[in-house]
Amino acid sequence: MHLHGLVRLSACLALASAALAFASDRVPKPVINIDKPGKCVEDTATMRREHPDMLKHQRDLTVHEGIRTREHSLKECVGCHASRKTGSVLGENGFCQSCHDYASVRLDCFGCHASKPKLTNGAKP
Amino acid sequence: MAESLIYRELGGTSRRYWRLLALLAVPLALGAVSYFYMEHYGHIVTGMDNQIVWGMPHVFAVFLVIAATGALNVAMAASVFGKTTYRPVAPLSALISLALLAGGLAVLMLDLGRSDRMIVAVTRLNFQSIFALRVILYDGFMASVGVYFWFLLERRMNRYIKPAAILAFLWQLLLVTGTGLEFGFNFRAAYDSVLYAPMFIAFSSAYGTAILILILLAVCRWEDRPVSDELLRRLKNLLGIFVGASLFFAVLFLSSKHELARSRDVARFLLFDGGVYTALLWLGQLGIGAILPLALLLRSQVSRAALAAACALVVLGGLAQMYVTLIGGQAYPQILFPGLVESSSFFDGEIHPYTPSVPEVLLGLGGVGFAAAIVAVALRALAMLPERLDQTAGPQA
Amino acid sequence: MSTDANEALSRRGFLAISAATLGGVMLAPGIRLIEIAGARAPEQAVSRQVRWGLLIDTNKCAPGCDDCVKACATENGIKDTGHPRTDAQWIRKVELKDLRSGRTHSVPVMCQHCEHPPCVDVCPTGASFKRADGIVLVDRHTCIGCRYCMMACPYKARSIVFQEITDQNPDVPRGNGCAEGCTLCVHRIDHDRQPACVEACTRAGHNAMIFGDLNDPQSEIAQRVAKYASTHIRADLKLNPGVRYQGL
Repeated sequence: MHLHGLVRLSACLALASAALAFASDRVPKPVINIDKPGKCVEDTATMRREHPDMLKHQRDLTVHEGIRTREHSLKECVGCHASRKTGSVLGENGFCQSCHDYASVRLDCFGCHASKPKLTNGAKP
Repeated sequence: MAESLIYRELGGTSRRYWRLLALLAVPLALGAVSYFYMEHYGHIVTGMDNQIVWGMPHVFAVFLVIAATGALNVAMAASVFGKTTYRPVAPLSALISLALLAGGLAVLMLDLGRSDRMIVAVTRLNFQSIFALRVILYDGFMASVGVYFWFLLERRMNRYIKPAAILAFLWQLLLVTGTGLEFGFNFRAAYDSVLYAPMFIAFSSAYGTAILILILLAVCRWEDRPVSDELLRRLKNLLGIFVGASLFFAVLFLSSKHELARSRDVARFLLFDGGVYTALLWLGQLGIGAILPLALLLRSQVSRAALAAACALVVLGGLAQMYVTLIGGQAYPQILFPGLVESSSFFDGEIHPYTPSVPEVLLGLGGVGFAAAIVAVALRALAMLPERLDQTAGPQA
Repeated sequence: MSTDANEALSRRGFLAISAATLGGVMLAPGIRLIEIAGARAPEQAVSRQVRWGLLIDTNKCAPGCDDCVKACATENGIKDTGHPRTDAQWIRKVELKDLRSGRTHSVPVMCQHCEHPPCVDVCPTGASFKRADGIVLVDRHTCIGCRYCMMACPYKARSIVFQEITDQNPDVPRGNGCAEGCTLCVHRIDHDRQPACVEACTRAGHNAMIFGDLNDPQSEIAQRVAKYASTHIRADLKLNPGVRYQGL
């Protein structure tokens, strides 16, 4: 009846708008700039899928057991992926920021972790 | 033959009730705004610092939690100790207990430095320590009181009331003792005393019973439900005993702190040199919170107005006591080198100042509003209170 | 009878096997731990064999000298925001005066890295924890900012971050709302370096602070602790801190 029809209408509208959004590229696709040459620690598909779990596993090893291997270290990720222009993985077209903005997933890491790599001449920021 | 009591939910004109809810929405909204403000900018916008780490939100929250454990006393008197006079108000007592605890916990959770990690707080528990188990204590209290409350209202479950009540009673004891020992086992000079456990049991009984009586009087006035003088007289005596016990333990605690040489300095601070803390201790906790109510209550004939006034004074005195305990206890510095005068760039050795900020107070009041809203909604939704409270209770307990 | 004899044999056999297994299980970690007592590779976990500690000779601590404090702030990215009441101070110099004798004294105080840390006891999420090698740390991934550890610590060692931080030192993550305190420069220790405060004190020539493994009888700190009297702050609390003081 009235309510039923209203529910169906709003469901159709919701689906339609989502489809339209995808079709019209209203949400800009993330800009992925690889500034430094070379390979990442795993292949792209694995990194996209697994990087949250890799980071979560590594952080427990590092914080609680003092295991500081460089392979899955967040510091190393930032060191390699920081934009050459801004020096950070955040900000516009930042490596982490642009994908996370597109996927609308909150980036909690850089509340505490530095988003810029350590300066190579040893000076601290 | 005594008529069996008919329990009925709050009725009355809708408009008046919606106006009440609109009034309660004000502290809730202000509390929510304060929470988002504090969460967005960080605790820099509050009056708290690295010296006073728990501020006004904790004053309200601990008061609400302590009052919650005590508000259950009347229900326990009815269902565990067989005092059938209180049976008609047992559901109200249980509900107020749950509502106050919910309000207190809400304020605690919202005052976290990382409140976005609330889920972590309840899922990752550090089982190594008894203090961390208080999350389980809170949850268990809510569950056991909830079950008891359900058994009270559900006629088919009435015969299981006693075991449910005994479980709730044990959990109540565990929770209030645990909360007291959070301070009692703390090394700060103003804490560090096992007396905090029985003292908080006495405080909780006084504050919770006072709040129960106030709500009972208010609800019965709202709908002109008659309340017998006998019931009020017994509640008055109960409150008098609890306030007397609170006074006893407070005096015992303060005088023992003063007597022992190792804690004499902090006792002198609280009792004489503490400025606002001394004023709140004598005038607030002891004067308004204990002596004045006792003067009102320890008479044979107490009018309802006097009873309500005594209850309100006990609540105000309770807030003063929480301020002295929480803020005063932190204002007095940690002593690293007994017998020596300390000073540092990190404010060792000095009394730490504190000014409550507006967001903190609003957050605390939001918790109070939350508890009140729960009571208001529950009274309207559930048949918790009898239509008449002026008959002798039936044989059921 | 024969069945009893059979049972007795198998019981004995069972006991023998379990004893051997138990012995093996108990010995095996010991053998592994002896291996680790030397310098630790990055992929090895920390172990209880080591207990890091500090020995501070306050007789060599000049009042007004704050080399250790400045070095800590620089190393850990702690900036002065102009609000001393809410700014973190992981180490501070406490100036002491004995009113009866008139003696004045200066003591650097930081997280004491207790063996029985009250902050670990009260942390509801287990974010405040003691690493196997004795360093007491805050796991900021789990910290909810309840400040219970700050209430519980008798040394006022913990602070909380009151506002958002940017430009952290990549080696020392720090963030809004989380509790924090002296980490004994764990990011340096794990790479066989000294804490920043000790290094600064030594470099300036005061030599008031020694860092080392209290469990290693060959280390300088263990030898000094065995030879000269040293004590803890608030030893009456029986927390057995890893930081020891001389000249208190």
